[in-house]
Amino acid sequence: MARTLLAIYPHSPRRYDEMLTAEGAVRPHWRQFFIHLDSVAPEEMHRRLEFVDRRIQENGVTYNVYADPDGSDRPWALDPLPLIIPPDEWAEVSAAVAQRAALLNAILADLYGEQKLLAEGLLPPALVYGQHGYLWPCQGVKPPGGVWLHNYAVDLARSPNGRWWVIADRTQAPSGAGYALENRLVVSRVFPEMFRDLHVQHLADFFRDQLDGLAALAPVEGDEQPHIVLLTPGPYNETYFEHAYLARYLGFPLVEGQDLTVRGDTVFLKTLRGLKRVHVILRRQDDDYCDPLELRGDSALGIPGLLNVVRAGRVVMANALGSGLLASGALMGFLPAICRSLLGEKLAMPSIATWWCGEKPALDFVKENFDDLVIKPAYPTQRMDPVFGFELKGEARAEMLRRIEARPHAYVAQEMVNLAQAPTWSRSHERRLIARPTGLRAYAVATPDGYSVMPGGLARVATGANTRIISMQRGGASKDAWVLTDGPVSEFTMLKPSVGVRDLIRAGANLTSRVVENLFWLGRYSERFDDSARMLRVALSRIVEAGGEKTPAVVSSMELAELLRILPGPDEDTPVKEGSEHALLEAIYDPAQPGSLAGNIRNLMWSATHVRERLSLDHWHSLNRLQREQQAALKKHPTLPEAIAFLDRVLGVSSSLTGFAMDNMTRDDGWRFLIIGRRIERLSFFAQVVSGFLRMESARAPGCLEWLLELADSIITYRSRYSRQPELLPVVDLLVFDDSNPHGVIFQAGVLARYLDRMARELGASFDTHLADALQRLHDFDLSKFENLQFHENEVSAPCEELAVLLDELNVAAIQLSDTLGMRYFTHVGDVSRQTMAL
Amino acid sequence: MEKTPVRYHVLHETRYDYGSHVSLSQQQLHLSPRILAWQQIEEQRVDIEPAPTWRRDGQDAFGNPVTWIAFHAPHDELVLRSAMTIAVTPHLPTDIEKSLPWEEVRDRLAYDSSAPRPEDLDAVRFLFESPHVRIKHELADYAADCFPPETPILVGTQALMAKIFKEFKFDPEATTVSTPVMEVLEKKRGVCQDFAHLMIACLRALGLAARYVSGYLLTRPPPGKPRLIGADASHAWVSVYAPGSTYDWVDFDPTNNLLPDTEHITVAFGRDFADISPLRGIILGGGGTEPEVAVTVVPLDEEEIPEGLGAEPNEKK
Repeated sequence: MARTLLAIYPHSPRRYDEMLTAEGAVRPHWRQFFIHLDSVAPEEMHRRLEFVDRRIQENGVTYNVYADPDGSDRPWALDPLPLIIPPDEWAEVSAAVAQRAALLNAILADLYGEQKLLAEGLLPPALVYGQHGYLWPCQGVKPPGGVWLHNYAVDLARSPNGRWWVIADRTQAPSGAGYALENRLVVSRVFPEMFRDLHVQHLADFFRDQLDGLAALAPVEGDEQPHIVLLTPGPYNETYFEHAYLARYLGFPLVEGQDLTVRGDTVFLKTLRGLKRVHVILRRQDDDYCDPLELRGDSALGIPGLLNVVRAGRVVMANALGSGLLASGALMGFLPAICRSLLGEKLAMPSIATWWCGEKPALDFVKENFDDLVIKPAYPTQRMDPVFGFELKGEARAEMLRRIEARPHAYVAQEMVNLAQAPTWSRSHERRLIARPTGLRAYAVATPDGYSVMPGGLARVATGANTRIISMQRGGASKDAWVLTDGPVSEFTMLKPSVGVRDLIRAGANLTSRVVENLFWLGRYSERFDDSARMLRVALSRIVEAGGEKTPAVVSSMELAELLRILPGPDEDTPVKEGSEHALLEAIYDPAQPGSLAGNIRNLMWSATHVRERLSLDHWHSLNRLQREQQAALKKHPTLPEAIAFLDRVLGVSSSLTGFAMDNMTRDDGWRFLIIGRRIERLSFFAQVVSGFLRMESARAPGCLEWLLELADSIITYRSRYSRQPELLPVVDLLVFDDSNPHGVIFQAGVLARYLDRMARELGASFDTHLADALQRLHDFDLSKFENLQFHENEVSAPCEELAVLLDELNVAAIQLSDTLGMRYFTHVGDVSRQTMAL
Repeated sequence: MEKTPVRYHVLHETRYDYGSHVSLSQQQLHLSPRILAWQQIEEQRVDIEPAPTWRRDGQDAFGNPVTWIAFHAPHDELVLRSAMTIAVTPHLPTDIEKSLPWEEVRDRLAYDSSAPRPEDLDAVRFLFESPHVRIKHELADYAADCFPPETPILVGTQALMAKIFKEFKFDPEATTVSTPVMEVLEKKRGVCQDFAHLMIACLRALGLAARYVSGYLLTRPPPGKPRLIGADASHAWVSVYAPGSTYDWVDFDPTNNLLPDTEHITVAFGRDFADISPLRGIILGGGGTEPEVAVTVVPLDEEEIPEGLGAEPNEKK
């Protein structure tokens, strides 16, 4: 048996340790888990860690760090060891969090109402009127049910004696509850027996409380069902993953500001089938960006006129607009007296000692004790990192003091705390526990019976043993938090036990125009990605076959790739031949190259990201794997055969994606637009391919019709039908006129026409007939003109040119159709709202 | 002293010619004047073309009348005509030498954990930074020589107004609606809005409460020339909190270096322009968004106004 994990676990007398007592014994509530952990074989633990990593990566749990120069996603670090909290201790924490949420709600009600706190001198006006976060247009607004603070999060830390303290309040749009849920789903599978045996409280009840709490406040009329949406600033927000994840879990449509529109005093969701009233907006967007008419005029994310809906009480904003100002650390010192005044109770959990420099005695204290304090901005809207007094020397120190003197009300000072430490599993040793500073973000939601506190939360872990600040953006990690119970564990899940007729949901009733647009582009990009991979594979294979010789097949396939803008056009200074291999590899791997396969992969990921909540997890995993593979290949300087093998894999993934779309997606309007997008793209591509081929002199040589068939994935069909060398007439028939060939031009047009017909019936719209006209002219083309066709030097034969023109028209009609669909059904991207101002 | 009100008719017309269809438009209007102790509204209305799809009237957080309108149908132009008949009673402060020392006002407004007087708490709303007003020590430095110790607050404020009037040049080309106040201080140029914001920022930097007032100013045609309709524009000035004066607040017009009396017509006040911009909107579609604005202020009893009492003929705005 290996030595116990305790043997080299560091023990600090200056910190509280979650696992060990001051004497170094394992705490009772940790004992069972520790014994289990100690007994797990290193290989087994290694396997479990791999499971965590794979799970996290595949679920796309990523955290965009704005400052990341690559702008790329970074896997979210998760330590598999939970933070374990015993029942009696949690009862106190939970009651204190609920009390604090109720207190902050009461403060918001006062500050946006009669302002007794200011009249009685319990709160300095500077912390209200002096904050940008105090939204004047919301003064006097009474939200439904008197609830301002629907979602509350609080950062807690333990002092060395084990007491919990409040470090920070989150009242704007608290993040992390979704990550806590995600962590739970992973960690409970890493330690399934422990999770069961320790009686860990489940999280689902909390989310049901959130859902029920919002639904109960929804200002519905008549027999309307509460329509709740989750408002996100979009995929570039640092916690977008969580927005998508929670929206799917809670069953709310994930919307952006552009999806919503105000008409009079009602806010609607723009859907493919018209406007649908929204009763509740669970917002993850900062409040000052929510209405450019009355708040920040420069906000493109907002919903103009939203405040009028709020004033009319016809929408619940969760949290209420204007709630952000309570996240100011400067409030903390005033909370005990306010709590006695508003709730008639003693504040249950202390805040970390905080001095607001706007008070003269506090300012003097801060100057005298500068080395022992952390300086922070007083207002959440200020951009400033916390500064440790003892770290500031010389001019930097004098400068900081000058800044504080000049605007004392804008700064707070807090005492430095030694955060409690918790064991985490070392990634750099085979079998070792290391101690890391750990805090807990706890969550509460408003319900008709008061605040419900999540039994657990997001435990946050610092990267270094002595780090003083825990932040997701500084490369921190997280843990699951296990709250134990003596009683039975609730087995509730968010899947309803029984569904009534009223609960039935049919596909796609609530599709937003934006989601449909993104699915449409997902369809176009996935086809474009397939097409470019095919074209590149054709050209590469010809080069490999020719063994360096410039055969007609090499020349013609390269020429077509250039015509299709998959390869850059020939540079006049450099002959094509020298650069051809290099150009092909760049067109595969270099995302900066216009039209490249890598660029198409990036576009595909981009459009997939925008509809992440609509894709199945498997679908998403396929895309994730694809991007990793491309990025890995980018660094390797592959040979030509390796590049061909890569293209083979890309086409494999592409066909599995197509399979997902055909087999796994519900047939709603969104799906139809995805398919329409694919068909438009493929129609356009093959119309250009055949038209280009017909006009290309270089394609008249032997071997060229073969690669054309290969490009259209039609070699087998051709051979089974004709069992002879390819000839122009049967090839053109197969690739253009055969309406049973899924890569054929007429086939695409036929499928498109069917879907458009159906949409015209269901959505009550009709389409212009450019496509139908162009198609008819193509049908009317007399193929017998291709019989006994003679080619002459330097001259395109008349029938070839005639057919090429018809195909060009079809291509133009396809592109026009794409534009028409965009204007009719999607968000008018070019038509952005603008602010106007008159004196 | 006999106080006879002066009566005016004001027409404030705003015209947007969008050039192309605006499909959706929402506007917030601060066009209706507020009632003051010295200002009565006899008649007032806003005509809007085309007729809005939706309309709501209310009050903003500072007690100003506000109207919200929305258009859901495509339109190419928007015309708003705000017409009013107003009576303004003389209300100049009687003896500015006897106002409180400015430090006393500053200290009354500072937080000391006791319950503030209601009027002080009301004034504190205009003490801090706001969208167009920064509080910087450069601003306090600029105002310092106007406020030696123990200076009565209204004397100091008048000195500050005179200083700004003397050192700054009226120049409509120098600034836009969004020019920051620090840039105005540096360039020493601007329009009434800039001077008002600058003066407010200086006063707040000293710890005094100051608000932004929007309205109209009576202008005089050159002698012998008829009054031109639409030749005027909206105006802006400053009000400072001076507890103990008749109305607790006293107006100053830094653009014209005078204390507003019966020739200034108040529409609204707020922390700065952003709170009370006459017409603020969000439109979807449309080409040009520069409006034409025309203001006409007509005294209803022209001949009763004594010669030479009004502002100078070439006054600034």
